[in-house]
Amino acid sequence: MSHAHSDAGAGHGSYGSYAIGFILSVVLTAIPFAMVMSGQFSQSVNLISMLVMGVVQIVVHLVCFLHMNTSSEGRWNLVAFLFTVLIIVMLVGLAIWIMVNADMLMMPWMFQ
Amino acid sequence: MSSTVMHSNHAVAHDDHAHHDTGGNTVFGFWLYLMTDCILFASVFATYAVLVNHTAGGPSGKDIFELPYVLGETALLLVSSCTYGFAMIAAHRGFKGQTLAWLAATFVLGAGFIGMEINEFHHLIAEGFGPDKSAFLSSFFTLVGMHGLHVTAGLVWMIVMMLQVSRRGLTDRNNTRLMCLSLFWHFLDIVWICVFTIVYLMGTI
Repeated sequence: MSHAHSDAGAGHGSYGSYAIGFILSVVLTAIPFAMVMSGQFSQSVNLISMLVMGVVQIVVHLVCFLHMNTSSEGRWNLVAFLFTVLIIVMLVGLAIWIMVNADMLMMPWMFQ
Repeated sequence: MSSTVMHSNHAVAHDDHAHHDTGGNTVFGFWLYLMTDCILFASVFATYAVLVNHTAGGPSGKDIFELPYVLGETALLLVSSCTYGFAMIAAHRGFKGQTLAWLAATFVLGAGFIGMEINEFHHLIAEGFGPDKSAFLSSFFTLVGMHGLHVTAGLVWMIVMMLQVSRRGLTDRNNTRLMCLSLFWHFLDIVWICVFTIVYLMGTI
């Protein structure tokens, strides 16, 4: 009963999925940390690598810890999540775009 | 007579419905709440990104962030995510004692995270780099503090769940609640990845 009961709404994990998620998270956190601490890489290399590994780590967490998948039980969770991602990209992207432009027009000395 | 029939039909339909997916609907509803919480965090991240260079003659992230210390916080939160996962596996199998033990471990790790964060804030404010120093520091304290408040709420919820599980056992209702807290806790870990990357790593380079 409790089996069928809690399967809808979100999936369940196993020790294996948590172990994989944990190891991948450790690696994906340690690499950009070590790169920044070593100070041997240029700013743009650091920036791109930490953003890519951050996004990959979020996906790892979603799959291994939150058990998001494309099964029919989890379909609506995924749809709601993708819609939220769209809103977040617009919210953050447009806010930064507008405010940086406003700063450039009103405080040009900050960008010299 | 007919009203009795209607009534009993209604009751049957209602029972069937409840039997089928109450827990699932509750968890999905909680998932939708988390999505709105994502948007709340995204707004504060956008604010931080806009204000990050507005240091008003005060320190920038490079001057005040201690990356190894923050790595310790990250480790505590990541391990606590795993221990909560183990609590869910134990609950799923019906092991009450194990569930409580893993919940307690998760609580200790989460409390350690909050303790480290309060210590970090205390140091910054004691050095004169409080939220009133610059727009950058205001947005920094808002963003990291809001995440900390969420984790604190999760810790309170965890105490409540430990009491409920120890008193009433792993009932269906308790399992649904544990599932919601599980989503909340893993979600906060994901938000922390963003904080660690965008605030601390990007602020240090």
